[in-house]
Amino acid sequence: MSEKPKISTMDRVNVGLAARYRKERRFKLFGLAAIAASLLFLVLLLGSIVAKGYTAFRQTEILLDIHFDPLVLDVNNLATANYAALVRDGVFALFPQVEGRQDKRILGKLVSTGAAYQLQDMVMNKPELIGPPKPIWVLADDEVDMFVKGHISRDVPESERRVSDQEAAWIDQLVAAGRLALKFNTTFFQAGDSREPELAGIRGAVMGSFFTLVVTLALSFPIGVAAAVYLEEFAPQNRWTDLIEVNINNLAAIPSIVFGLLGLAVFLNFMNLPRSASLVGGLVLTLMTLPTIIIASRASLKSVPPSIREAALGVGASKMQTIAHHVLPLAMPGMMTGAIIGMARALGETAPLLMIGMVAFIVDVPTGFSDPATVLPVQIYLWADSPERAFVERTSAAIMVLLLLLLAMNAAAVFLRNKFERRW
Amino acid sequence: MPPSLLIILVLLLSSLAYWLGRRRAFLFARQPGAGKMHSRPGYYGMLTALWCGLPALLIVAVWQVAADPLLTQMAMKGVFAAKGSLSPDQANLLVNDIRNLVAGNLVAREVDPVLQAAADQYLGLMRISNLALATVALTTALVAAYLVLARIRPALRARNQVERAVEIILTLCSTFAVFITIGIVLSVLFESIRFFQQIPLLDFLFGLKWSPQMAIRADQAGSSGSFGAVPVLTGTFLISGIAMAIAVPFGLMSAIYLSEYAGPKFRATVKPLLEILAGVPTVVYGFFAALVVAPAIRDLGAGLGLSVASESALAAGLVMGIMIIPFVSSLSDDVINAVPQSLRDGSYGLGATKSETIKLVILPAALPGIVGSILLAVSRAIGETMIVVMAAGLAANLTLNPLQAVTTVTVQIVTLLVGDQEFDSPKTLAAFALGMLLFVVTLVLNVIALYVVRKYREEYE
Repeated sequence: MSEKPKISTMDRVNVGLAARYRKERRFKLFGLAAIAASLLFLVLLLGSIVAKGYTAFRQTEILLDIHFDPLVLDVNNLATANYAALVRDGVFALFPQVEGRQDKRILGKLVSTGAAYQLQDMVMNKPELIGPPKPIWVLADDEVDMFVKGHISRDVPESERRVSDQEAAWIDQLVAAGRLALKFNTTFFQAGDSREPELAGIRGAVMGSFFTLVVTLALSFPIGVAAAVYLEEFAPQNRWTDLIEVNINNLAAIPSIVFGLLGLAVFLNFMNLPRSASLVGGLVLTLMTLPTIIIASRASLKSVPPSIREAALGVGASKMQTIAHHVLPLAMPGMMTGAIIGMARALGETAPLLMIGMVAFIVDVPTGFSDPATVLPVQIYLWADSPERAFVERTSAAIMVLLLLLLAMNAAAVFLRNKFERRW
Repeated sequence: MPPSLLIILVLLLSSLAYWLGRRRAFLFARQPGAGKMHSRPGYYGMLTALWCGLPALLIVAVWQVAADPLLTQMAMKGVFAAKGSLSPDQANLLVNDIRNLVAGNLVAREVDPVLQAAADQYLGLMRISNLALATVALTTALVAAYLVLARIRPALRARNQVERAVEIILTLCSTFAVFITIGIVLSVLFESIRFFQQIPLLDFLFGLKWSPQMAIRADQAGSSGSFGAVPVLTGTFLISGIAMAIAVPFGLMSAIYLSEYAGPKFRATVKPLLEILAGVPTVVYGFFAALVVAPAIRDLGAGLGLSVASESALAAGLVMGIMIIPFVSSLSDDVINAVPQSLRDGSYGLGATKSETIKLVILPAALPGIVGSILLAVSRAIGETMIVVMAAGLAANLTLNPLQAVTTVTVQIVTLLVGDQEFDSPKTLAAFALGMLLFVVTLVLNVIALYVVRKYREEYE
């Protein structure tokens, strides 16, 4: 009788144990690596944008001695005077040694074309400036700006560089004389769009976003809350209610661009509403955010315990009074949180607005709901398409502003939730 | 009087009516021997305000919708008589010209005196119409308010009537969602049907060539647009496929780690950070893809001796995948958390390690939910627009090579519809056909996903 050595289950388990523990550690590491990678992506995304964009908040300016010559500036006709000539003379005065038309033309291009408008505004507002030369900081051209900020490298051979050696030498001279400096970029926050990067700002887009969001909030919040109240408190359990619920859930998952198609077909082509207006943008975004707000409001209503309703009904309140006086106030913080999150999503939305013509190049800052407008994300899209190097940093800066706005809105939502949310 | 002013006026009247109704109710309440009021005074005010405001606003709304086509028709009568017979397209063009004239937009060419006359006529008619509207609406508001005021008695059941009205308003608001869906379906369907009248459905679905550039004049070269959607669809699925190849492993592993391994503190810090990825607007991802990722991939490819298109599908897909990671992870997280603890305990009791439990017990149990969340993520990827508009190409190449440029459904919709368009050409209508395709595909994916998720939830509850 041969006796086989008996292998106990324990032994078998022990044999494989080391390998299994290794597998276990490896699996856990995979999980950690996945999270680390995702966070790395986040850091990379935000980091690259900040790295590209932080320089846009400062802008190169050049100090010129502008001679507000009474001969050039006719007091009676200030609007049409030749301000560009004043700027040019100011630049030439800095470099008296430069001769020849060609060189002078290049020299004149150191300064932004916007400088003439800047002087015009100054003189129109303060005619007493006319007289002896005064030192005035004017905007530099975007390529000078890029060069000063180091985005155009000196190491590149001259033929492949947008700033020639001659211009570089002039810039160096200006820096040495203290006549060229980086100043806080007020234009970026005060101006509308422009083809010249140094004159382009986000004010128009921010105002457009503001008007659009006002329309969206004014329509989607009341309608959304009303719909949620009906579905939670009044709706009978029947087919129709089911249909509405399925509909709302599906709407929340429809690609945003389809809402743009709807806006184009219904609001623009059928109802003949003005193209590019923030009113139409707001309407389209209302349709988009409505499901979000309804879902959040319903969750919020659901979290109000039934005992509150029963108590109110018990002391003789009608159903409507119960809801208006007791349930809604208790559910309001949750609804507002949902609304803010919905608004944040609407603020970041681009695609449907492209469909309804909010991509037009619009210089003027919109002042009303039916003015042609663009919004911040669309402005980012437009600038991202522009070839000038200076627009890259402006795009990144606009993104930073957009992200800050979104962060502020989400922080407000979190704050609201933490401050007012009640656990029953 | 412009309609916006009229609406404000009606609202003001309505608040005045509220105050009057309330005051009248108070008067009754103070009167000795008038009996007890049925409702609180505010309800009488509200009833008056509702009767004053709602019918008038309804009239304004209906009038606004109905007046414009009527007025246009009246103004165009003279034009059509002067121009003789016109094709519908030309007629539409004329109507547009007049609209522009009325809106004060500059019309590029010389203004035709006939058109100018029509525009003037339109403006005149509109002035009359607005005046008539103001009269009718304000009279309605005043008469209705007066009638209600006169009817206020202690026995009037004001609260019940107001509550009934509010309930009707709430019901109407809740049906809004259905109307949106109907609106979407109708608007895409109508234009798509017009498209398919010109291009056969089968050519659209199975054609292998997509070049929607149509000639404006018939004698122009390259006038035949071809509308085969296959390359566009292939591009969409290629980019979505790359995105899912990134998002599913990363998202799923993150979800597993967060729900099974991570401590509460780690979870509380990392989860919101991941959610930031979901909150970043897509246009930012598009910028990132076009300016950082695409050049990086191209340079990397050049370093390896590969030729990579500067708008490669890989770049767009990669960034889209990053965007979808939090979507997959948070949905899967919920699903994994919903697996009952008893299943885990049973597995541990048999001596399985944590990873074995996850792989052999939890994932199979959570599979339907995970599949559902992946389907939802796919529908997000297919419908995603800005990343591909900024980072993917325009040319419809029929290829599965991720290093080449491909185009997607959403890119085509945007390029076909942004800018000036003629609304009858197959080129613009094609965008609606693509939109319908997109709508149907995402809808089907969502319905399946929701069905799968719901089915799964029922098993444990």
